[in-house]
Amino acid sequence: MNDGRIADPWGARTPYGAGQAWPARVDEQLADDVPPEDVQGWVQSASLLHSNGDAMDIAVKDGRIVGVRGREVDRVNRGRLGPKDLFAWQANASPDRLTTPLVRVDGELVASDWDAAMQAIVDRSSSLLAEKGPGALGFYTTGQLFLEEYYTLATIAKAGIGTAHTDGNTRLCTATAGEALKETFGCDGQPGSYTDIDHADVIALYGHNMAETQPVLWMRILDRLAGPDPPKLVCVDPRLTPVARHADVHLALRNGTNVALLNALIAQIIADDQVDHAYVQAHTVGYDELVEQTREYTPEKAGEICGLAPALIVEAAQLLGGAQRLVSTVLQGVYQSHQATAAAVQVNNINLIRGALGRPGASVLQFNGQPTAQNTRETGADGDLPAFRNWANDAHIADLARVWNVEPTQIPHYAPPTHVMQQLRYIEEGSIAFWWVSGTNPAVSLPELHRIRSILSQERLFLVVQDIFPTETTQLADVVLPAATWGEKTGCFTNVDRTVHLSDKAIDPPGQARADLDIFLDYARRMDFRDKDGAPLVQWTDAESAFEAWKGCSRGRPCDYTGLTHARLRGTSGIQWPCNEEHPDGTERLYADGAFWSDPDYCEDYGKDLVTGAPVEPIEYRALNPHAKAVIKAAQYTPPSEQPDEKRPYLLTTGRTIYHFHTRTKTARTPQLQAAAPEVWVELSAPDAARLSVGEGDMLEVASSRGAIRARARISGIREGVVFVPFHYGYWDTGSDSDGDHERAANELTITQWDPASKQPLFKTAAVSVTKVADADGMPSPAPRNTASAPVEELAR
Amino acid sequence: MSKLAIAISDVHHAETELHDELIAVGERHKADHDVFHLTRTLAQFAQANVAALAPHGERYGADLDPEAADGSSSLMGGLREKTSELLGRRPEVGLLLLRDMRKLYLVACEASIDWVILGQGAQGARDQDLLSVVSSCHPQTLRTVRWTTTKLKESSPQSLNG
Repeated sequence: MNDGRIADPWGARTPYGAGQAWPARVDEQLADDVPPEDVQGWVQSASLLHSNGDAMDIAVKDGRIVGVRGREVDRVNRGRLGPKDLFAWQANASPDRLTTPLVRVDGELVASDWDAAMQAIVDRSSSLLAEKGPGALGFYTTGQLFLEEYYTLATIAKAGIGTAHTDGNTRLCTATAGEALKETFGCDGQPGSYTDIDHADVIALYGHNMAETQPVLWMRILDRLAGPDPPKLVCVDPRLTPVARHADVHLALRNGTNVALLNALIAQIIADDQVDHAYVQAHTVGYDELVEQTREYTPEKAGEICGLAPALIVEAAQLLGGAQRLVSTVLQGVYQSHQATAAAVQVNNINLIRGALGRPGASVLQFNGQPTAQNTRETGADGDLPAFRNWANDAHIADLARVWNVEPTQIPHYAPPTHVMQQLRYIEEGSIAFWWVSGTNPAVSLPELHRIRSILSQERLFLVVQDIFPTETTQLADVVLPAATWGEKTGCFTNVDRTVHLSDKAIDPPGQARADLDIFLDYARRMDFRDKDGAPLVQWTDAESAFEAWKGCSRGRPCDYTGLTHARLRGTSGIQWPCNEEHPDGTERLYADGAFWSDPDYCEDYGKDLVTGAPVEPIEYRALNPHAKAVIKAAQYTPPSEQPDEKRPYLLTTGRTIYHFHTRTKTARTPQLQAAAPEVWVELSAPDAARLSVGEGDMLEVASSRGAIRARARISGIREGVVFVPFHYGYWDTGSDSDGDHERAANELTITQWDPASKQPLFKTAAVSVTKVADADGMPSPAPRNTASAPVEELAR
Repeated sequence: MSKLAIAISDVHHAETELHDELIAVGERHKADHDVFHLTRTLAQFAQANVAALAPHGERYGADLDPEAADGSSSLMGGLREKTSELLGRRPEVGLLLLRDMRKLYLVACEASIDWVILGQGAQGARDQDLLSVVSSCHPQTLRTVRWTTTKLKESSPQSLNG
């Protein structure tokens, strides 16, 4: 297969100017033995390997997937695909797919059948419900199922079982995005649109290596940069990412200090009087407090905290303050770092005080990490209530009870939903005894892995894992359910900028594997969940009827899908919600004219104390924001709890590479992607390498107070004092079982701590030591050379 | 000692007790990472409140130690943390948490109402400096009141059932 796009991930430029339409460029990749004329059919879908929502068609021949092609008609990518999109379809046909239900018998997982496996799950659910009540059951899902599946799961968990313990691994990737939007706008919902890139004159990327996390959107920026009147870029990132290399100002701050930097940027914009006072006056509350709280953050003070030259902070603030059309984007460098929500909210504040919202090129994009994370949030599979209903508003509970035809008391709403890290605490102490994990691999992706393994291995826990491959987590399960994936089932999902795509079934799943939707429906049927009139609680039977049920639930709420159908999404571009009678063609950007969804009776959330996470009381919110304005929330910088010291002098940050997704379950089974980044590595700066006498490819041990890993060195352009380890690498392909060596996964090192408001774990600040354990001996560093991990000597050229 | 000095001493005493109680509860529940980290954050606020009050006590004739609420661990700390790790997997630990958070809530409430009394006294005395200390410090104490309330609301259904 032509692997040119591995070496050149972003492909050829199609330059365009401000305000013009982004030119199309159709990317295609077919299996070597399949000439284009042999493709028997093209089936519509979108990418399931990142959050950008690249629309594509799946090529089918003789009942197997033989390639992909970008959809030219689609607003998101205009035909383009990234390297994972182009190659990872091969993983569907991997020979080690899970194809049979497995049940643990005498300590061993043995092949079973659907009837026996589902009966085991139903028996345990029923006995726990009878003996201990709904609080003994928890559900942990993903950001990679489809909307219809999440809505079904949320209905089952909340109205069927009645447990508050539901969350998704979106907690690790997008919880802070959702929380920051709730804090500022009273409701989740992406304000901006990808088309804002077409209009922007300044784009600020905060902790967002877009080149590797959303490569197709980065192509859009590269095409603007290559065209007339290119935008200026501001990049905040301790690594010398491709974004940083293209930036006009690169703020390579010390990780964990985002709030100090953002407060200084805000203070400078205020000092320069670049505030849109008319907008602030008409559309916001809380500005005076922001002025007060940021006043002390001079460029010098922030420079000291962040390890930046004060002049650089001033320069960045002047770019932001002088922008006519400012697009701000945020990702994991903020969301997974210390004071996550407080920092993400300050980015919103910059756009608010600049009046940069709701018009072309003036927007905030609080990103997601995963392809369907938006749906996890919308449907309430992450613990929230479906369609952005407010758990603290009794009228919303009554309305949801009407939708499901259950008593309001059946829906748990007495406290905020139980996020995954708290669920683990309940499993640890034994009060959750049944945990159903779907489409995610917590034994590699959660922090402090030795703790996670020990919690999930407990005898008293009944662990159900539903996945498409054997993983480190399925090894610990009592029942393993084989699932279908992308291309093998039908459903919808929604990307970062609210674009809803349909993904049709192209081929049958392997063996006995079933769509996640069918598994959940089967469970609901066997559990015989009923509504208050004795009718089945879950009345839908397939993806299309589930979508119709979801539309009813979303009616009149911000994420209104009532104008969409599966049929309408077939054959055209994706469509952005809300899409209803009022907006029949969807809605490009939210909050035009400063109209928000933050009315006390309508909003999804009253907000939280950003320091402790304690919810704001309804009556307080009503007094603070009676007239549906945006809420400007200020925050003071506090130092991270774990600081480098003599014993562990380096700051660890973890992250991803363009070639892999999550724990590599699909991408490591894709030869081209696996070859591009075959093994874990550790990045360090040239000065630190000199201090430690470390050369390229040397084997290093990186250790925190929680664990240690071994990885080969890459000397990169990362900030001095900071080391980076990619989080993709676990143990399923090392030959070691769950009792084996654990010296590879970045999360052996990370800390069990989370942002108080969003509950997102901190993966970007931990103190570590770095020790050389062996010379390279001719072994090269396995890190990619054309991404953020590029070797420093190559950058110098 | 003036009457205002008594009110200042009361707050100083209550915030010192709150600090110590936060640290002790954090140590007792080290296996509960949320409780461990947040009690330490909130203890820092209590410590700052104590330090902020001391000079005002001096003005009114009360000799208050600005470092009364110092340190991030207690004499018994290591023992408590070890006990927490050992007991962290027992279901009864949920009930212990409820008991400790309830106590913490009451200690924080006592400190909070002492701030209210002091604030009223400062207004009566038209002491703007003292009043500004009250208005900057009291919200931090209220933070602890709210957080303990939230934690109790979240934990009770889980600890009292099953």
